Amino acid sequence: MNADANVYRVDWLPGTDQLRGTCHCGAVVEARDPVLLWERLLAHPSHERRAGI
Amino acid sequence: MTFVRNQWYVAAYSADVGRELLGRTICGEPIVLYRTRSGEVTALADRCVHRRFPLSESSLVDDAIVCGYHGFTYAPDGRCVAVPGQQRIPRTARVPAYPVTERDSFVWVWIGDQERADHSAIPRAPWLADPRYATVCGMEPLAARYGLLVDNLLDLSHETYLHGGYIGTPEVAETPIRTEVDDDRNVIYVSRHMADAACPPFYAQSTGLTGRIVRWQDIEYHPPCLYLLHSRVAPAGAVPEPDGSDPHGFHVEVVYAITPSTETATYDFWAVARDFALGDDHVSDFLAENNRTVVLQDVAALNTLERVIAAEAAGAQELSINIDTGGLAARRMLARLMAAGAAAPAPGRPQPAAAS
Repeated sequence: MNADANVYRVDWLPGTDQLRGTCHCGAVVEARDPVLLWERLLAHPSHERRAGI
Repeated sequence: MTFVRNQWYVAAYSADVGRELLGRTICGEPIVLYRTRSGEVTALADRCVHRRFPLSESSLVDDAIVCGYHGFTYAPDGRCVAVPGQQRIPRTARVPAYPVTERDSFVWVWIGDQERADHSAIPRAPWLADPRYATVCGMEPLAARYGLLVDNLLDLSHETYLHGGYIGTPEVAETPIRTEVDDDRNVIYVSRHMADAACPPFYAQSTGLTGRIVRWQDIEYHPPCLYLLHSRVAPAGAVPEPDGSDPHGFHVEVVYAITPSTETATYDFWAVARDFALGDDHVSDFLAENNRTVVLQDVAALNTLERVIAAEAAGAQELSINIDTGGLAARRMLARLMAAGAAAPAPGRPQPAAAS
């Protein structure tokens, strides 16, 4: 993955139902629902605020 | 209108465009395709300017189409060069010609403003025309909106349930995925790596593998039209060498071109390219028949789904879970491309005057 690219990554953590999203800015968010996960990830640059939903 | 405009779409396989007129409707636009005597593919609007008769149901004479109703005759660039009974050809007698490119065994057509057509932006599927691969392919018409096929292909966990006995095994639905979205290059990646899986008949009979396998599925979706599935199977425990070589792996490149025809119809182009058993016709026949069966299973399911959705009130609820992470990303990217394609003015083209 190109570190400079506008890339979002979502890992489904093995053995769990947890999704971990990594923004291109390096912020990490987690959720157990892909709709919520994308909402938090795409809130860039306001991940912190959105993570509190 | 729910089509993504200002994009390239697969209209046909190159092999299917020849000296017969071929009619296709792409993103709601009727198009007639044919090959000139010099071998160039031509794509014109499939309606005579006179009384709208389909040119695809007309005649090809040398390199010109002669309308089957009154004989309006069109050159490959869309210019009308003859009309019946009179010398004067009306100045507006011309049908639009579509930008077209043959690449990787496909005929790609640009749907949108002609000035924006960038031939270098066509996504690639090089295996289909590579002699180091053997390819089988086909096209099945789908009586469903193209978004349903996008959903289907971005979430392969359905293989376990819809395609059991062909390509589905329990491990597909059980194995977590990784999703990546590249918003700069407009590509979505979904990977599912199964370290210890049953070998489904599709791969057992084509590769000769018996017992447990490593099975990797790496999806690369280039919305709206091109979908690539890099599939690797190998005996359990066999991974590529540090130098990148993969002597124990069998590689299959599964390519789909998802071309919207109308709001509720889609062309489902499919191809399976393999890097093993290259000269083995039995393997080719098996994979062609098996994959077509799998595609027809999808077609039946999605046609049913289209009827269900069409009968429901707008806003019916659906529920997404982890397996849908990639599909949700694809929907978002398609929506973004749709807005960009609809909003993008062609360079130099006058904008409509605002209503006053």
